[in-house]
Parts: sequence; structure tokens; C-alpha cells
Amino acid sequence: MSATTTPQVGAVARPAGPLRETSRRTWRQRHGRKTLIWGWRIGLLVVLLVVWQALSGPVLDPQFVSSPNGIATRLGDWVADGTLWSNTWITVQEIVLGFLVGALSGAALAYLIASVRVVWDILDPFLMALYAIPKVALAPLFIVWFGIGTDMKVLLAAVTVFFLVFLNTAAGVHEVDRALVDAVRLMNGTRRDIAFKVVLPASMTGLLTGLRVSIPYALIGAVIGELVASNRGLGYLISDSSAKFDTDGVFATLVVLSVIAAALNAIVNLLGKRANRWKPLDAEA
Amino acid sequence: MSAAVIEVQGLSKHFRKDDEELIALRGVDLTVEQGSFLVLLGRSGCGKSTLLNLLAGLTPPTSGQITYGGKPMRGPNTQVGYLTQHDTLMPWRDVARNVQMPRELRGESKKERAAVAAELIKLVGLDGFERHYPRELSGGMRRRASLARMLCADPETLLLDEPFGALDAQLRTELQGELLRLWSGSGRTVVFVTHDIEEALILADRVVVLGPVGTILLDQPVDLPRPRDPDDIRVDPHFVELHRRLSAALKEGAR
Ligand SMILES: Nc1ncnc2c1ncn2[C@@H]1O[C@H](COP(=O)(O)OP(=O)(O)O)[C@@H](O)[C@H]1O
Ligand SMILES: [Mg+2]
Repeated sequence: MSATTTPQVGAVARPAGPLRETSRRTWRQRHGRKTLIWGWRIGLLVVLLVVWQALSGPVLDPQFVSSPNGIATRLGDWVADGTLWSNTWITVQEIVLGFLVGALSGAALAYLIASVRVVWDILDPFLMALYAIPKVALAPLFIVWFGIGTDMKVLLAAVTVFFLVFLNTAAGVHEVDRALVDAVRLMNGTRRDIAFKVVLPASMTGLLTGLRVSIPYALIGAVIGELVASNRGLGYLISDSSAKFDTDGVFATLVVLSVIAAALNAIVNLLGKRANRWKPLDAEA
Repeated sequence: MSAAVIEVQGLSKHFRKDDEELIALRGVDLTVEQGSFLVLLGRSGCGKSTLLNLLAGLTPPTSGQITYGGKPMRGPNTQVGYLTQHDTLMPWRDVARNVQMPRELRGESKKERAAVAAELIKLVGLDGFERHYPRELSGGMRRRASLARMLCADPETLLLDEPFGALDAQLRTELQGELLRLWSGSGRTVVFVTHDIEEALILADRVVVLGPVGTILLDQPVDLPRPRDPDDIRVDPHFVELHRRLSAALKEGAR
């Protein structure tokens, strides 16, 4: 292990790299497109709400389509009496727990199984068969196994997340460039080095894809669990409201659910940006 | 003459594809002397890369054997630095961290390896691009980064697979000069693969011309005096004579 010998620097004449210029962009160039897009989004939303409000009542039966005003009033009531918070909190807990359980077990198992090609080849058809089962169909079974408490919803949320994270991560592991592994082997890298310095970073895109696509399913799993059997949570709020023909209540809950979904997506997008920094500059635009 | 560092005997490599055996190398015998600069010259598809993969110990031979430093090779040969034909830089590491990687794996301290890497990056003319990721570099720049990474491991034997093929002529000449400077008097052994006769003659102590399935068509010592100036040597009568001989051997192999 000689750490000392470094070749003498005779430095090659600096070959032409790209020309660097500090770019001075105006506010308009920098933010113009973004402002335009957000302006249109907000405008579209306002138009939608106004049209909805205008049609609801004179043309359409509010009993069926609700109305922005009705939804706002209902949300206001629920905020006032605490219904909104307590139920949202329950559902968010189930989503987050289910997502964590599914994602952690999916990723861990993917690295274990996919790293050994033979094991993967043996298990592949079984995994695919399990993956193909509609996860809703598992709800009755989960009720039998775990009762109608939080566990059942968490697991229902976790199941789909598990498969999506597992399959995407495994695909990432399988796509690792053999030549990169060889390069590390020649550097006298251990199996541990290969796992942590090649396979892990190389499969990160697959893992993140899995996390990203599975987020809506955590929400779906939890809400379905609550719809099937529950006395609290947003899913319960939907089934309870609809049982009372309270369309405003159903729509109000849907609004809350989409806000939660958007928030979760924003979090994962942030994650993706960090790990994909090594992608070429133009890939993110 | 000094001792052999690499000895290859009856080396064959087959690739199996469905029910077909694809023979890449058959019965290759080759000895590489310690401290020598050997150039393997051959047209594409004649098994040069396959041979280097075997010398690096990345794939096992189908038959025959390779000894390195007198010992039969088993598994990856960590004494060699191998610059493969295609880049193997880690896409998620910037240039500096790629170049440092061999020393990072040895557990060398951050400060130490950063200093060595910085010097090597300057050596290959990539200073200013330390923070760039491989995909943000041109093909030639990636080549130079790979070269720096290989040198960072401070290997005793260098295996180079058409290392300067993608570079412009001027840069190629500069890096050839740099490689010769690194090699001369260092005691390092170099096995250099190319399909360019001129490049072979500017660099080599000895040129081995390979034909189909790695058949050795010609084993030619090159006794041109060093340093060899690429511009002057082209008109040297002995250079012209050697060029003609290698060229004839390559044509022979094509028939
Ligand atoms: N992994 C492989 N699988 C199947 N065939 C291969 C493989 N590697 C090389 N070959 C075959 O072996 C022959 C020699 O290839 P190679 O060593 O890359 O040639 P060169 O480097 O001289 O251009 C080619 O015909 C190629 O198709
Ligand atoms: Mg090749």
C-alpha cells in the first residue's frame, strides 16, 4: 500500500472544455414560464369553481354534485367541531405507517433477493402471482387476521407499497452495470464495497421510482380499509356522509384526501431531486 | 532481459450463445516482460478486449492458463490498472470522487487521497472539472478521468484498451507523451491495445500483431530510439520499414 508515489505532474496543456459564462437572466427569463403556468392553473381552478357554483342549484341538483360553497361550509363546521382534525390525523397515521412498513420491507427484501440471481429466478413467478392479486380483495382476510383496528388499514396500505417498491428496486438492482462492479473488483473492493458503492447508488433510481409510484397506493389502501370497516378516519367520514346522503360531506373529504396526496407527492419529488443530481443537466428541465 | 510478469499459455476463451460456441481466443501463448511496453495490435473483433479481460482476471479462461508474477491467477488481479474500452466511471460520483475511488476503497484518509487525486486531475488536464459528473463531460474528458482514476491506484501493471481512440489527434499525442513519461524508469509494465499502427510504433518496445481468434501473426521488437518525436519519426526509414511490416502482417490476417 504505497500512498506516496504520485506521478510527476507534467500537466497536459489544458484541452478545450466548454466555455463558461455567467449567465445573467432577467426576472422574466428566470420566472416567466413558472409564473405563466401557475397563473393558468389558478385561473383554471377559479373558473371551475365559479362554473360549479353557478350550475349547482339552477341546473344540477346539489344533492348529487354538491357545490364549492357547500363544501367550504362543511369543512368549516368540521374544523370547528374537531371532526376534520381527528379523522385526518388517523388516516395520515395509517398512510405514513403503511408506507413506511411497505417501503422498508420492500426495499430490504429486494436487495436480499434480487442480489442473488438464482433466488430471484426461482421466486419470480410466485411474486408476480401475488402482485397480480387485487389488494382490495385482501381486506376481508386482513379483517379476519387483524380485526378492524388500525393494523388492518396499515397493512392494506403497506401491501401495494411493498410490491411496487420491491419490484422497482429489484429491477434497479438487476440493471446495475456489470462493468462498474468489475471496476470495483479490480480496485480490490470487497463485497460490501460493491453493495454500498455500486449496487446501492445504481439502484437508487429504481427505489425512488418505486417510492414515488407507490405513494397514492398507500392512501388508497388506507382509505379502502376504512371504507370496508371502520368507525374513524377519512374513509369512514366518506361512508358515513354518503349513508346520510350528505354529498357536501363526501366532497369535503375528497378535497382533504387530494390535499394529503399532493403533500405526499411533493415530499417524494424533493427526495428524487436529491438522488438524481448526477443525471445530465438537461434531464430535469 | 528481465523476468516475465505475465505468462499466457494455450489460452482459449469461448462464449456460449444458445447452442453455439463463439470462439473469441484460441491457443494464445504470450509472455510479457517486467517493465516492458507491449502493444497488442489487431483489427477490431480479433479478441483484444477479451484477452485484456482475461489478463485482468475478470473472466476465467475456457482453457489454458495465465500466471502473474509467477503465480497462477485466480479472480480479479488487483495489481493491474485496467482502462477498459468503455468507460466505467461511476455516474453518481463527480470527477474528483471517481478519481479518488481506488484509494477510498483502501481506506486512505480523505485529505491524502484528495491531494493525490487533485494532482492526477491536473495531470490529465481536467482541472476545473472536479465537481462535474461523467455525463456532463465529453467522451475524451471521461477517458482522461478514467486514466486518472487508474493511475490513482498506483498499479504496477497497466492494461490499456484503445485508451486514446476517441481523442483528437493533438490530445492523443499529448497523452501518449504523458503515458511514456509515467512509464519510463518507473519499472511499470504496460500492455496497450490499439488498432493504429503509428500509435503502436510510437509507444512500443514490442508489438504483437493479433489475427482472428487471437492468433499471433507477428511478434516484432521495436528498437527505435527514445524519445520518439511523433512528427520526426514518421519519416525515419526504420520507422517506415517497421510500419510496412506491421501493415503487411495485419493484411495477412485479414485473408
Ligand atoms: N461477452 C461476450 N459474449 C459473447 N461474445 C463475445 C463477448 N465478448 C466478446 N465476444 C466476441 O468475441 C470476439 C472478440 O471480441 P473483442 O475481444 O471485443 O474484440 P476486439 O477488442 O479485438 O475488438 C468478437 O467476435 C465478439 O463478438
Ligand atoms: Mg475491443
